[in-house]
Amino acid sequence: MHDTTIFLILACALATYATRTGGHLVLSRFGTTHHRLEAALEAVPTAVLAALVAPSMVINGPAEAIAIALAGLIALRYSLVLSVLSGIVCLIVLRGVLI
Amino acid sequence: MSDKTYASEVMVPPDETQETNPEKKPEKKSETHLEISMASDIKDGIKDVSPILFAIVPFAAVFGAVAIESGLSFGETMLTSLSIYAAASQYVMIDLMGQNVPVWSIVLAVFAVNFRHVLYSASIGRTMGAFSTLQKALAFFLLVDPQFASSESRAAKSGLRPAYYFAYAAMIYSTWIAANCVGALFGSLIDSPATYGLDFILPLYFTGLVAGFHKRPNFVPVLAISASVSLLAWFTIGSPWHITLGGIAGLITAAALSKPVKHKMEEETANA
Repeated sequence: MHDTTIFLILACALATYATRTGGHLVLSRFGTTHHRLEAALEAVPTAVLAALVAPSMVINGPAEAIAIALAGLIALRYSLVLSVLSGIVCLIVLRGVLI
Repeated sequence: MSDKTYASEVMVPPDETQETNPEKKPEKKSETHLEISMASDIKDGIKDVSPILFAIVPFAAVFGAVAIESGLSFGETMLTSLSIYAAASQYVMIDLMGQNVPVWSIVLAVFAVNFRHVLYSASIGRTMGAFSTLQKALAFFLLVDPQFASSESRAAKSGLRPAYYFAYAAMIYSTWIAANCVGALFGSLIDSPATYGLDFILPLYFTGLVAGFHKRPNFVPVLAISASVSLLAWFTIGSPWHITLGGIAGLITAAALSKPVKHKMEEETANA
């Protein structure tokens, strides 16, 4: 069991590293990039992070949904730290009120 | 402590960073200039990462406790966190190990959960002109979600340099490992992170970062399509596919809406 476990952990580590280098390695093979590919890459942070967060906004409850909306709105104008902080304070208050 | 180690490691910068001085051996003047910008890079990295550390501590401690509870030894738990360094997929691995499934399907599941990193490395790799090959190899190993998001934001603001990247990474990695260790040793004593809203720092942080990208072209359609497809996938196929499918839908949207003339952007990068 022990040998298999260590083998499994290292195989998982390798698979993870492959995903973290893969995108760059594949992309750097292309010399010039098409404007559509460029636009897609420009949109990676928005697209992936939005996909990552979307369920947390819907599946938890009103307190979490409001906190996320507030953090997003504040980050449009003010700093990231202020946005996260207001989201947390809003969440703690709403959880206290709503539960 | 760990940031100092990295600082000394990156003291010998690759040639590309010495934009101000084309000669191979830098003069004393530019060396101090470089040190100043490196010091401020490190300072900014630590400043940007600090709110994240609060979120990582409970998350990492819980992982340590869960891993021990599911039968991993202390050494195996630490090896997992040291070598894989991707929380969500580590939970998946532990979960599947308890279900007696074949090794290859566990590795495949880990690969699937981490598939979003392919997009991360394709995108952030374009901003790593100041990194040597070795630095890139190490940087990609450390490319976790907040690392990617912060580095993208940094690259857009003032350019991404190794000192910033590795200062940020060293703080997360060392905190992750230390908290993991504590969780593995004293797991049963951990309080529920939900009490202080800590369980929700990461979604809030990612939301704030997404909003920070609102000036990028076609921000609203990309955001709307990604979020909708993500939800659709979440309720039909299930996690973790919502991340990859929602992300890809957003990329297709951006590619479809892109216009061939990009003079404005090219001018901007030329002036920068």
